[in-house]
Amino acid sequence: MAYGRGAAAVRAIEQVSLEIARGEFIAVVGPSGCGKSSLMRLISGLHPPLAGTLTVEGRPVTGPLKSVGMAFQNSNLLPWRNAVDNVLLPLEIVEPYRSSFHKEKKPYEAKARALLDSVGLIGFTEKHPWELSGGMQQRASICRALIHEPEILLLDEPFGALDAFTREELWCTLRDIQAARKVTVMLVTHDLREAVFLADTVYVMSQRPGRILKRCEVKLPRPRDLEVTYTQAFQDVVHELRSYIGKNK
Amino acid sequence: MERQEFAIKVLSPAAFTLVLFLLWEIVCAVFTVPLTILPAPSDVFAALWQYRAPIIDNSWVTLWTTLVGFMIATLFGLGLGIAIGWHRAIYAGIYPVLVGFNSIPKVAVVPVLILWFGLGEIPAILTAFLISFFPIAVNVATGLATTEPELEDVLRALGASKLDVMRKVGIPRSLPYFFGSLKVAITLAFVGAVVSETVGANKGLGKLMLDAQASFQVPIVFAGLLVLAVMGIVLYAITALIEARFTGWAFRGGANR
Repeated sequence: MAYGRGAAAVRAIEQVSLEIARGEFIAVVGPSGCGKSSLMRLISGLHPPLAGTLTVEGRPVTGPLKSVGMAFQNSNLLPWRNAVDNVLLPLEIVEPYRSSFHKEKKPYEAKARALLDSVGLIGFTEKHPWELSGGMQQRASICRALIHEPEILLLDEPFGALDAFTREELWCTLRDIQAARKVTVMLVTHDLREAVFLADTVYVMSQRPGRILKRCEVKLPRPRDLEVTYTQAFQDVVHELRSYIGKNK
Repeated sequence: MERQEFAIKVLSPAAFTLVLFLLWEIVCAVFTVPLTILPAPSDVFAALWQYRAPIIDNSWVTLWTTLVGFMIATLFGLGLGIAIGWHRAIYAGIYPVLVGFNSIPKVAVVPVLILWFGLGEIPAILTAFLISFFPIAVNVATGLATTEPELEDVLRALGASKLDVMRKVGIPRSLPYFFGSLKVAITLAFVGAVVSETVGANKGLGKLMLDAQASFQVPIVFAGLLVLAVMGIVLYAITALIEARFTGWAFRGGANR
C-alpha cells in the first residue's frame, strides 16, 4: 500500500501477512507512522490495496465492508445529533436495518439506549457530544461501532486521546463487550500495556514501510483484571514486546 | 443575571439609537442646516407621519419583491452550493464564472432586466435574487468543503453512498454556514430591490425616494431611508432567530438555551 504517486509515493506497508480467527482479539502495535492505521484502512476497505490480496471470511475485499464496525482515535460523533441518534447512524445506512429504519425506529432506539446504558452512559443518552466528557464520547463511539452487530470490530487507537484512568476504565468496558459478544476485534494502538491486557495475539510492526516483526500470543488467563497489569508475567510480555520497537536505531 | 442580559440586549441598543438621533437633531439646530441638505430627525418623523399612506404602500412593494427575490436566491444558492461542493470538477468549472458574475455591479444589469421584462416588480425581484444568491452558494460550498474527512470515514466505512454521506454528514454540517449566509443575503436582497427601483420602476421605496428627490422633498427621502433601515434590521433579526433555532448545536448551547 502506498500514498501519493511516482517517486514521491510513500510506501506505508509491505508484505504484511496476518490471519485473524473468528472471535479472536488481536492488537497491532508499532512506532508512530509505521502504517498501523493504513493497515486498518485496508482491512475496512476504505483504501483499496495496490498489490496483494485481502480476504475477509474468504471473500476478497473490494470496498467498505458492512460486517465491520469502526471506531477511531477521535470519537467522530456528529455534533448535531445526541448520543442515541449518533449510535443509530449505522442502522440508517446498513441493510437490513436501513429499509426498516422508519418502521422500527422505536425498538432500534431502545436497543441503542440499552447499549449506551451497558457502557455506563445511563442518563447521558439524550446529551449532545459537547456535553459529554472525552471518555463518554469514546464510549458512545464504540456503541456506534457495535449497534449493527458487526462480525469484526476495528479500533484505531480508540483510547489514545484519553487520560490514563479513563483509558483503563474503557479497557475493562471493551474487555466485557468482547467477552459478551464474542466479536472479532482488531485493535491498533501504541500502548503496549493496552495491547497485552486486551489481546489474545499481539503483532509488532516495524518502522515504515511497515512489516510484521513479531507475533506474540498472550497466554495470560481470562478474564483479566486490571490487577494483572502489575504482575511479573504481564510485565515480562510488555518488556519483550518493547524490545522489538525501535531496535533498528 | 436576567436583568443584566435585558440591559445589554435591549436597553443598550435603544439608548445608543436615541443618542444618535439627539446628536443629529442638535447638529441640525446649532448649525441651522437647511431642510434641503439634511433635515433634522423631527422633520423626518413629521414627513414619515404626513406621507404614511404612500410610504406604507411603497414599502410593501419593496418588502415583497425583496422577499420573493430572497427566497429564489435561497433555493438556487442552496442547490448551487451543494452542486459546487459535490465534486471538485464542478467546483473548478463553476467557481471562476461565479466570481466573475458576482463582480458585475448589479446596477449595470438592471437596465437589461427592464428591457426584457419591462417596468414593474420583476426586475426588482430578479436584482434582489442576483445580488443575494452568491454568498449563500459560496457558504454552502465552503461548509461542504470543510467537512472533516473523519466524519465522512465513519459513514464510508459502513458502505454508505456519496448521497448518504451528503445527507447524513455534508448537508447538516454545512447548515450553520447556510443560515449564517442568509443574514448577509437578506440585507443584500434589500439593496438589490431598492437599487432596481431607483434605476427604473413604477412602485417601491426606491422609486418613492427618487421622486421625492426630484422635487427637493428631502425629508421624504430620509423618511424612506429610515424605513429601509428599520425593515433591514427586522428581516436580519428574523433570519438570525431562524439560524439560532436550527443550528443551536454549532453555538454549543450558548445562543438559544
